[in-house]
Amino acid sequence: MTFAKLSVSALAIAAVSATSAAARDQVQVAGSSTVLPYATIVAEAFGENFDFPTPVVESGGSSAGLKRFCEGVGENTIDIANSSRPIREREAAECAANGVTDIIEVRIGYDGIVFASDINGNSFEFTPEDWYRALAAEIVIDGEVVANSYTMWNEVNPDLPAQPIQAFVPGTKHGTREVFEEKVILAGCEATGAMEVLTTVKGDEDAAEEACMALRTDGLSVDIDGDYTETLARIEANPNGIGVFGLSFYENNTAKLQVATMSGVTPSTETIASGEYPVSRPLFFYIKKAHIGVIPGLQEFAEFFVADEIAGPSGPLATYGLVSDPELSATQAKVGTGEAM
Amino acid sequence: MTDLTAAAPVPKTSILTQDKRTKRRNAAEARFKAYGLAAVLTGIAALILLMGSILYNGLSSFQQTYISLAVELPAEALDKTGNRDPAEMRSVSTFGYTPLIAAAIEQKMAEAGVQIEGLSARDAGALISKEAPAQLRNYVLANPEVVGTTVTFNLLASGRIDGYYKGRVTMESALLDQNISQAQLQLADAFRDSGTLVTGFNWAFITSPDASDQRPEAAGLGVAILGSLYMMLIVLALALPIGVAASIYLEEFAPKNRWTDLIEVNISNLAAVPSIVYGILGLAIFINFAGLPQSAPIVGGLVLTLMTLPTIIIATRASLKSVPPSIRDAALGVGASKMQAVFHHVLPLAAPGILTGTIIGLAQALGETAPLLLIGMVAFVREFPDAPPEGFFDPASALPVQIYNWTQRSDPAFVERASGAIIVLLIFLLAMNALAIFLRRRFERRW
Repeated sequence: MTFAKLSVSALAIAAVSATSAAARDQVQVAGSSTVLPYATIVAEAFGENFDFPTPVVESGGSSAGLKRFCEGVGENTIDIANSSRPIREREAAECAANGVTDIIEVRIGYDGIVFASDINGNSFEFTPEDWYRALAAEIVIDGEVVANSYTMWNEVNPDLPAQPIQAFVPGTKHGTREVFEEKVILAGCEATGAMEVLTTVKGDEDAAEEACMALRTDGLSVDIDGDYTETLARIEANPNGIGVFGLSFYENNTAKLQVATMSGVTPSTETIASGEYPVSRPLFFYIKKAHIGVIPGLQEFAEFFVADEIAGPSGPLATYGLVSDPELSATQAKVGTGEAM
Repeated sequence: MTDLTAAAPVPKTSILTQDKRTKRRNAAEARFKAYGLAAVLTGIAALILLMGSILYNGLSSFQQTYISLAVELPAEALDKTGNRDPAEMRSVSTFGYTPLIAAAIEQKMAEAGVQIEGLSARDAGALISKEAPAQLRNYVLANPEVVGTTVTFNLLASGRIDGYYKGRVTMESALLDQNISQAQLQLADAFRDSGTLVTGFNWAFITSPDASDQRPEAAGLGVAILGSLYMMLIVLALALPIGVAASIYLEEFAPKNRWTDLIEVNISNLAAVPSIVYGILGLAIFINFAGLPQSAPIVGGLVLTLMTLPTIIIATRASLKSVPPSIRDAALGVGASKMQAVFHHVLPLAAPGILTGTIIGLAQALGETAPLLLIGMVAFVREFPDAPPEGFFDPASALPVQIYNWTQRSDPAFVERASGAIIVLLIFLLAMNALAIFLRRRFERRW
């Protein structure tokens, strides 16, 4: 019986403290798994150098993060959404419908997308055309739209090694997939002239773009819904595999992976910053303006994130693989004044 | 007589020589035994393979490489005003401490007479973990009087150097690796020879919080262990009384009718519901409706309570059932009320079974990840939660979630950390199961 009394009083204490512990004192962040390592590096340094507690950073993907961001205003919603792509109009509209009207968009820098294979295997020099011909579901041969039947890289392009096609590409829930489709597959589709043929066949340009970006489903292109560690494990198991990685992941695993050039350019922070390497994308985070001044440390965290000593060319984020934004000072000013979208 | 025996046909079979049918039956039995043995051996082999790979990958995480350095703490860099006031000294960030460590390394190299070709000062400084400036800063802010003196620190070596002494990084792989050079490894070897670099037991792995991708060597399980502990406390405090009360009512007091049958069937069904479903429920009820904070052990504990309740109810009812009716009848016979009979006689006898069921339910909840995915516990959390009850509402991580997090990190050093975390989780699970077995052996009564 005493046990019953004890547990009842424990419940009562819990209920009372539920009402008292309502105020949240740490910043909450969620979103893109590409931005996650950068956000954790900044959160860690922020916790060390400021009196505010270390922000809590969650992963889950850009779309999932923005969805939670747009759930509404209040302490039970997150303050910052990380995203590896700009917010979509549809998402901004959903935000507005839920009362999240003032959103500050912060571009932290650029991330390269690289193609890497097993360190002991063949070396590759790709062009977007090669990837389109190798991975598209339907390709154009002599003006005819036919199902893709290539199985070897040297069938796609005689200059490439004779190695079976086996690609590990990010799954559709990743922001990386969108960049891969647009900057590699679609670019290759246009460069091979397949786009024009498809436009006449399908009727309009949107349908043609969609047809361009449809990847083959016969097992030669595998969607990876997990993280880059899964892609790496697949390549270690299958030395013929070629994986799509973020530049920072590759730079941490150069002992296991070799990187392919794209259109003759080797990916590095320098070639991406100069724009020579074609496959890159900006990384963002979004701040809920209504939470600034309510959640302690939110403004300071955002300013710290884009400070020169963090996001600048010699800061820890650049060391980890982020390509720093040449217009960082404009971003700093934007965060300082709290200019909403 | 002799005629008779001569006339009787000699039997063709004997129990000493098997006939065809017996042979076939015996062969079938031998085959079945072989299948059974093969099944057991396959199971054992799988277990050995699993444990072997986890131990092989993870045991090294309990060792850590440290470098002891005498770091000069100049007043002009750390305390410009000279007041030794921690509030003013806070303005020097960890970036201000990084050069001090590089200088200390350089001095150490000069003292030891180590010269390595092609090693820049920056690369030499990279031998030390990026966690070290924070360690220095915290020490200086806690002891402002040390500014201006030279203090010897035991600093973490960087993840790659640590990996070199664990066999993960070699001279050959350093050639390909952008984050480490052969010159750096040579310097590490020189330091090891002079006793500056030592390997010791990694207490920080158990006590310190998670660290970012740049400092795998500093990552620890402290917050995750505390978060798991808090959740288990909540599950114990809620699931045990609710589960036992429900079982006693259903088993001893409730009328047997269609409604109680329906409830019984549903409790059994609930035990089989996939755990992710409880996560969705938790998100909808506890976070969105009740407004409890995200990433907090209270929400995780409540969700896991829902998940554990059916297990506890089923175990409790089974142990109540196993108490013979004669005990109840005897108690009722000497004039005890129904409630007295249950609480004075039946419940104490059923207690070992109830505790065993509860502990096994808790062990199951301890290893659960899926429901925590949806309530924001799969997060990077560095702050330790406060003491309960306030701490129940602070963000925390959990052991299985920490393993999941680390397997996703890009630095290869996290593979070792993840396996190490699995070992810690398995130790907790084994300890809980051992306790359950002990309780059953010690207190269980058979009739």
